[in-house]
Amino acid sequence: MFGTTMSKKILLNSKEINIILHRLACQLIENHNNFKNTVLIGIQPRGTFLAERLVTILKDEYHISNIEFGQLDITFYRDDFRRREAPLEANKTNINFIVEDKNVVFIDDVLFSGRSIRAALTAIQSFGRPINIELLVLIDRRFSRHLPIQPDYRGRQVDVINEEKVTVNWKERDGKDAVYIINK
Amino acid sequence: MNQLSVQHLLGIKHINKADIDLIFKTADHFKEVINRPIKKVPSLRDITIANLFFENSTRTKLSFELAEKRLSADVINFSASQSSVKKGETLIDTANNILSMKVDLIVMRHPHVGACDFLSKHVNARIVNAGDGTHEHPTQALLDSYSIREKLGSVAGKKIVIVGDILHSRVALSNIYALKLQGAEVKVCGPKTLLPKYIEELGVSIEPNIKKALEWCDVANVLRVQNERMAINYFPSTREYTQLFGINKSLLDSIGKKIVIMHPGPINRGVEITSDVADADQSIILNQVENGVAIRMAVIYLLAEQIKRN
Repeated sequence: MFGTTMSKKILLNSKEINIILHRLACQLIENHNNFKNTVLIGIQPRGTFLAERLVTILKDEYHISNIEFGQLDITFYRDDFRRREAPLEANKTNINFIVEDKNVVFIDDVLFSGRSIRAALTAIQSFGRPINIELLVLIDRRFSRHLPIQPDYRGRQVDVINEEKVTVNWKERDGKDAVYIINK
Repeated sequence: MNQLSVQHLLGIKHINKADIDLIFKTADHFKEVINRPIKKVPSLRDITIANLFFENSTRTKLSFELAEKRLSADVINFSASQSSVKKGETLIDTANNILSMKVDLIVMRHPHVGACDFLSKHVNARIVNAGDGTHEHPTQALLDSYSIREKLGSVAGKKIVIVGDILHSRVALSNIYALKLQGAEVKVCGPKTLLPKYIEELGVSIEPNIKKALEWCDVANVLRVQNERMAINYFPSTREYTQLFGINKSLLDSIGKKIVIMHPGPINRGVEITSDVADADQSIILNQVENGVAIRMAVIYLLAEQIKRN
């Protein structure tokens, strides 16, 4: 699958990911209590796996029912439309509630330049005006931001150089949970 | 496939099945967008679109304009009745003058067949055909197929009858191309004088009897009698047309199954269909209108995506 010049090293294994997910769930509970006025929004496409996993943990292990959870696609809000080689492909947005006066938590797998989150901040406005918006990411790539955006909850902070790519694999889609650093 | 195979949407004849699938998939996303509290996305904020309407239109023009605005494009409108066309300006001159104002995409309706094709070869902008004479009306055919797909799950294998004035109808021709491309069976039904001579060459068959046509089909797409395009009398009277090809409630109830009724509008109520049919729950006429905005957003978005920023 990978060429000879490409190297792949594991950053987090499934056990470590599991511990981090539980910590993130607890941090959310600490700030949002019973989630009565909070909605969780997974950023499409890759943030939704993390969001679903957190919702499951909150429900099954901490018995918090009625968590409002949606999926937000940011394709039409991106700032690189017509600037890319390959066309963008949109994903489904699935938000069946209004975020007016709600606490919104954006959930994404990797925070890199911050541009996706910038697009998500615009996109969410179509569903109302939230009281506040927080950001939860599994991996925070430090020193790589293009915009003044920082996470409120982070699974792991990493320093990787620009040529490297951080990939999150999920059991549901890729067979096992793992985070890799790939050197192109 | 996430890119159209064409640079302009001149007609369904020029596109393929993968293009249709891509347009529908993109339209699904836009349909969700136009049902949000705020029905707008910023994608096309640096694109300017000119709507050139050399022929009257209400819903198509509104639908395109709304689609463009929902994508945040800048829009300028032009209708021939208030323009220099009356003073003798040629089509290319009109278009080039508008393009000098830095327009990226042109949506054009024109009374002459092939006008969009001609324009696409002479001006440097993406062209969307919003109806050229009696030739093609691609976005209408796309929204019709999209509405069938939404109502019945798919277009492939479905039986569709197109009723009425096939000869003068760009909706009929584009629909036939689109439906055949997606694997539907198509029949046409109407007065012999209003059926083109070689219509069967397109792979459709003729059913002269409206009741038999309705009994056969899953969907009836009922066209408007286009009096404005008829210089001579193609049938003796409107009353006779209505009696032979008009669809009313008792005819619809007599066929023993529930078919889907479509109409591209504007409806001549009481001529090609009665009001109780047009407003019946099996009619998807208003869904067609809503889907029209989503389809046009998809077409414009996908064409605009190809205009690379430099």
